Amino acid sequence: MTPRGHRISVEVNGHMQEGEVPPRLTLVDWLREELHLTGTHVGCEHGICGACSVLFDGEAVRSCLMFAVQADGHRVTTVEGLTGEDGKPGALQDAFCETHALQCGYCTPGMLIAAHALLEENPHPTEAEVREAIGGNLCRCTGYQQIVEAIEHAAAKLAERGVR
Amino acid sequence: MKAASFEYARASSIDEACALLREHGDGARLIAGGQSMVPMMAMRLARPSWLVDINGVPGLQYIRVEGDRLRVGACTRQRALERAAPASRFVPLLSQALQWVGHIQTRNRGTVGGSLAHADPSAELPLAACVLDAEVSVRSTRGRRAVRAGDLFTGPMTTALAADELIEDIAWPIWREDRVGSAFTEMSIRHGDFALVAAAAQVALDGEGRCVRANFGVGGADATAVAFPKLAETLIGYRLDDDVVAGVAARAVALLDPGEDLHASADYRRHLAGVLTRRAFCEARDRAIAQREGQIRQ
Repeated sequence: MTPRGHRISVEVNGHMQEGEVPPRLTLVDWLREELHLTGTHVGCEHGICGACSVLFDGEAVRSCLMFAVQADGHRVTTVEGLTGEDGKPGALQDAFCETHALQCGYCTPGMLIAAHALLEENPHPTEAEVREAIGGNLCRCTGYQQIVEAIEHAAAKLAERGVR
Repeated sequence: MKAASFEYARASSIDEACALLREHGDGARLIAGGQSMVPMMAMRLARPSWLVDINGVPGLQYIRVEGDRLRVGACTRQRALERAAPASRFVPLLSQALQWVGHIQTRNRGTVGGSLAHADPSAELPLAACVLDAEVSVRSTRGRRAVRAGDLFTGPMTTALAADELIEDIAWPIWREDRVGSAFTEMSIRHGDFALVAAAAQVALDGEGRCVRANFGVGGADATAVAFPKLAETLIGYRLDDDVVAGVAARAVALLDPGEDLHASADYRRHLAGVLTRRAFCEARDRAIAQREGQIRQ
């Protein structure tokens, strides 16, 4: 017997999204396959790699470790939601380009979400705090050094602009 | 890597969650943070027929001091406890242990009760619970009972909880002595990975630096986390010099029966248990001493 579907209503990147989901559908699969928000990547599917990180009610979580049905009534921000109003990359994304913080790009959405959550909470992180914040995100091009630089660079630029 | 099919129910109260567990029997499992449950389901190590979600149950997320205990609701996020002032002030071992639990993204979602119910022998919170002799309140349709942490863990990923029982609250004893120090340390392949071996210690010293109370334990080196209250008791009245600590650590290691796997042999785990126990104990002692000096300066 197929388990019954559940109606869900989730605020994704500022827009209400409705859907009917089987319980076993993970949040990341719903985002990618139903909403076509393919910025969030699926890596390990068991909570190790961090590629699928999203903001859930403002906090970074792994969207492969949640079922879509559990997001009903909550707020989700994916990497697509990190761009500015004009749809252009924000300061953090710019910084990733400037310091060459991505090579294959697979880990990048998760890194951006983790870094965004860090800077929201702590606008002037130390290098150790940056490394701790991305500690749950694997980069297999082994470009961690540039990713750390990018996040520090973004923090400096945001401070300069007086955004924070 | 996709979970097998299951039915899903969102409980709106503890009573409803208990009733759902009872109704659906052995095939039903609770989901709180899901940081261990969902990977197990993805790998088909767990195939519940019903998942009862307690994330929306009101009254399961709180951190409050009641007398000599810090009470934590089972569904409290690990990250919330890590950042809670009453935890770092009254039960610092908890905050110290939480630094080692997974990563920020998993602690944002993972719960305190979930970590205890999962009962991974190398997990940090079960070890802290054993060392602090935490009391776990358990609910079911049959009523409420209390289980001491040392009796909760019966084997790897195995607890004394019945299939229809739910952890509601964990009471962490607060040590009220003037000079208390604690420490948690572990060895893992990378920070945030499961511990190969972890050790925790908490000591209270008198004005002359003699031990008035102590406990310590080791995780990842036996079927469950293990605390050694009887060994710790032998330290009462003594100064915790390095050789005294080394002696008690060696006696603890002799009681452990570590397994071996791809990552570490049983001998290496035993070796780590000794080294880490000494480090945790000495750090706890030094913190208790530093606290005394801090008070004198004041």
